[in-house]
Amino acid sequence: MFDFLEGYDVLGAFWMTVKLTALSAVGSLIWGTLLAAMRVSPVPLMRGFGTTYVNIVRNIPLTVIIVFTSLGLADIFGVTMGAADNFDVQGFRLAVLGFIAYTAAFVCEAIRSGINTVPLGQAEAARAIGLNFAQTLRLIVLPQAFRSVIGPLANVLIALTKNTTVAAAIGVAEAATLMKTMIENEAQTLAIGAVFAFGFLVLTLPTGLLLGWLAKRLAVKR
Amino acid sequence: MTEVSAAKEDAVATGELVVLRSVNKHFGALHVLQDIDLTIARGEVVVVIGPSGSGKSTLCRTINRLETIDTGSIAIDGKPLPQEGKELARLRADVGMVFQSFNLFAHKTVLENVMLGQIKVRKADKKKAEEKARALLDRVGVTTQADKYPAQLSGGQQQRVAIARALAMDPKVMLFDEPTSALDPEMINEVLEVMQQLARDGMTMIVVTHEMGFARSAANRVVFMADGRIVEEAAPDQFFSNPRSDRAKDFLSKILHH
Repeated sequence: MFDFLEGYDVLGAFWMTVKLTALSAVGSLIWGTLLAAMRVSPVPLMRGFGTTYVNIVRNIPLTVIIVFTSLGLADIFGVTMGAADNFDVQGFRLAVLGFIAYTAAFVCEAIRSGINTVPLGQAEAARAIGLNFAQTLRLIVLPQAFRSVIGPLANVLIALTKNTTVAAAIGVAEAATLMKTMIENEAQTLAIGAVFAFGFLVLTLPTGLLLGWLAKRLAVKR
Repeated sequence: MTEVSAAKEDAVATGELVVLRSVNKHFGALHVLQDIDLTIARGEVVVVIGPSGSGKSTLCRTINRLETIDTGSIAIDGKPLPQEGKELARLRADVGMVFQSFNLFAHKTVLENVMLGQIKVRKADKKKAEEKARALLDRVGVTTQADKYPAQLSGGQQQRVAIARALAMDPKVMLFDEPTSALDPEMINEVLEVMQQLARDGMTMIVVTHEMGFARSAANRVVFMADGRIVEEAAPDQFFSNPRSDRAKDFLSKILHH
């Protein structure tokens, strides 16, 4: 029944999807947190940068960003991500860079909404015992903000997992790229589609359930 | 105890700890602090009372610059309040603050709440910080709650932990911004008792409160505010038995005859 799968490395393709997702998730969490910190900082220049970045990046289609990393960054500006002569590695790294740049805008907004759920008194009490702005954010505000936005961050992560299929546009050998090849070569279009849809469910469903459970467990009681 | 009171007298001799000079502040069109002059001596307990909206909480919050002022000057221990930044953080560590809504760090245990400032601001090592935190929790009577989270404590317990958290920084002066206003009646006394003990130990305190009993028993001086001004300053006995201003007479008649 599944003999149309023979000769194709479906697991390998999904492994590439997982790698893209994991690296981009970590990167966008870090960059998104920094952006959120900028957006609430007392320095007007930083606030301006954060706001401008988020509003520009989240409004550009991801395909445009990913294609730009390859045709723009690599081909025109010569940003080869330390892999000038290995097209596969270069494409992978450029795609991760693009996903981080794009997803961070959404992570930033999720975290910023979390910051808004932390009562002002928490930051005031932190300042009153002599913590500076960075300490107040890092030790008091962000830990509480993160816990209140695990749910929204799970949404971002699930979206990111599915968005990695856009890397097919620059030839990264992930799941969607393989699916396209198989559909061109085999007759069972519907079955192939079902296999890949199922593959993504296997990745995203547990993510959602696990993070939903974490959100409940880590919720800050007031 | 004798040592403490001797030390207190020494300190009082060295004079002024908190000095406000013609402080003005506006919230939009509202002139919330009008030409406030106030000097608090070392070891003195000053209670600020007055009708709501009179600016007493704002006054309290300007002293560690949680509220900025428009004109005038505020100095603590001879040093004017610095601009936002490192210097201000250092100064705030020397000024303990207790809030109406407790504001304990919700994601940290009671013990961690009292240890945090010692470790991150005073750079104390963890073991010493924990020892001191436990001693302070014992002093305010919540030893058994050390490993719980703030939301698991009653309001009175939370406020006593908040006092311990402020004391952990060895502050020169403690500010209390309506510390009992958010408490159920039966929990007010446990907090006031801790404050009274502090006053006896010689802590310099500025207390914004509606607890007239506390003002009578613990204050060296009562400051009565109305409409952004200090209307009257007097020793508690004198203020409560023989207020000079009409505004104070009116206020006292409304709160004392029920």
